Amino acid sequence: MFEIFQSDFLIRALIVGLLVSLCAALLGVSLVLKRFSMIGDGLSHVGFGALAIASALNLAPLQVSIPIVIVAAFILLRISSNGKIKGDAAIALLSSSALAIGAIVVSQSSGTTDMNSYMFGSILAISSEDLVLSIICSVIVIVMFVLFYNKIFAVTFDESFSKATGVKSGVYNTIIALLTALTVVVGMRIMGALLISSLIIFPALTSMRVFKSFRGVTVCSAVVACVSFIIGMEITYHADFPAGASVVVANLGMLIIFSLIGLIVRKRNQ
Amino acid sequence: MSYLIECKELTAGYEGTPVVKDLSFTVSAGDYLCIVGENGSGKSTLMKTLLGLRSALSGEIIFADGLKQKEIGYLPQQTAAQKDFPATVREVVLSGCLGRKGLSPFYSKADKKLCDDNIELLGISGIAHRSYRNLSGGQQQRALLARALCATKKLLLLDEPVSGLDPMVTAEMYEIISRLNRENGVTIIMISHDLQGALRYGTKILHMESGAYFFGTTAEYRSTDIFHAMSTCDCHCSCDHHTGSKEAQDNV
Repeated sequence: MFEIFQSDFLIRALIVGLLVSLCAALLGVSLVLKRFSMIGDGLSHVGFGALAIASALNLAPLQVSIPIVIVAAFILLRISSNGKIKGDAAIALLSSSALAIGAIVVSQSSGTTDMNSYMFGSILAISSEDLVLSIICSVIVIVMFVLFYNKIFAVTFDESFSKATGVKSGVYNTIIALLTALTVVVGMRIMGALLISSLIIFPALTSMRVFKSFRGVTVCSAVVACVSFIIGMEITYHADFPAGASVVVANLGMLIIFSLIGLIVRKRNQ
Repeated sequence: MSYLIECKELTAGYEGTPVVKDLSFTVSAGDYLCIVGENGSGKSTLMKTLLGLRSALSGEIIFADGLKQKEIGYLPQQTAAQKDFPATVREVVLSGCLGRKGLSPFYSKADKKLCDDNIELLGISGIAHRSYRNLSGGQQQRALLARALCATKKLLLLDEPVSGLDPMVTAEMYEIISRLNRENGVTIIMISHDLQGALRYGTKILHMESGAYFFGTTAEYRSTDIFHAMSTCDCHCSCDHHTGSKEAQDNV
């Protein structure tokens, strides 16, 4: 099972992928419960546009796309809290615009850029500089999440109560958006712009089938995400399937298994 | 006599459009104030302004007697997202302690003690480790009340605490609120569509109608014309109730 460790790029992909899966799963619990599931999707499309521009201009991909996606996350939050355009419509607007701009840039730039690898990801895409940056970003996400865990719970469960009792919910919403932006950019190289949001949504939904406490769901999501990623990579390695797609399929399998377990447990309790 | 809250010629509203105009009233320690009135009369706006979620357009709200605005225990209406939220009762109640913790990231022993005491007080010890989403409406309200008590000892602001509860559970809920008021000395401000409940349990009434306000004791309120207009029209009241819950969902 561990032949996978034989080549450098696979090890890099595995490290980055595991870290990203973990971060995405932690944030996903809050995003899914706040009905912000699509934010990851929107941000990944913006990331696609940014990556396309960066590669057309021969700039470092992550350094360019991280700030752009962070700005997009702020705009999305602002728009949805202002309420003139509803959150889901705002995300749809932003993602299709970014996708369109990215597609034009890719079509005009010469040679090396590969649309397919942007869309569906590639485990070959991780350079060693990317690896370092990814590790730094992931550590930031995990440390912030642990430090703000209780506040994230309070703001997710009941924003108006938190605000009324003096929790600065705006700050924590911004932190969640910022961390999501970081995670999406780092993860989309492996998973692809179209598939990265699955890392955010699947583990949280999977854990909610079985676990009943916020802590239980959070911990389980982290574990499920990592296990699914490893299974996905094994599938990729042995069957030569695309990496992002294999991870999503592994996540889907987990969701189905957990749904069945949840169903059985509920039946038994009745 | 000192007031906990003194509201002076308060004007509040949305984007410069006043919904509440020149409203003055006071809340003293130990009061049980019920805010009643039609939809659109500005009850929610007043509540949000009291909580500091929205700033007043003019006039002022003075908090006295050592009460800070952030020490108001708030029982909001439930949101759709909470209906299937995976969290234990204890997790929910504990989160009431967060407001005063500032930047400190974790709960202290004292916080956990306060949380368990309030769980005990509300009689939900038996379900403290059950999931919030599997509870009945009444149990959920008790959990949220316990959470509000973690944020305050002095003043609870309740936003339609009995809406959507069946008559039995409604009576229970009123009893709990009354007990907190009498035995634990918690001052209550309650927004309600249930006029009967407000008259039965409240000691003071603030009636809001666009442009006209009544503020006084329950006995005084019973002798006013607005009261007679409200209470003789049962059909109107039940319609009111229905649109009330819809409005609540829109607010979310």
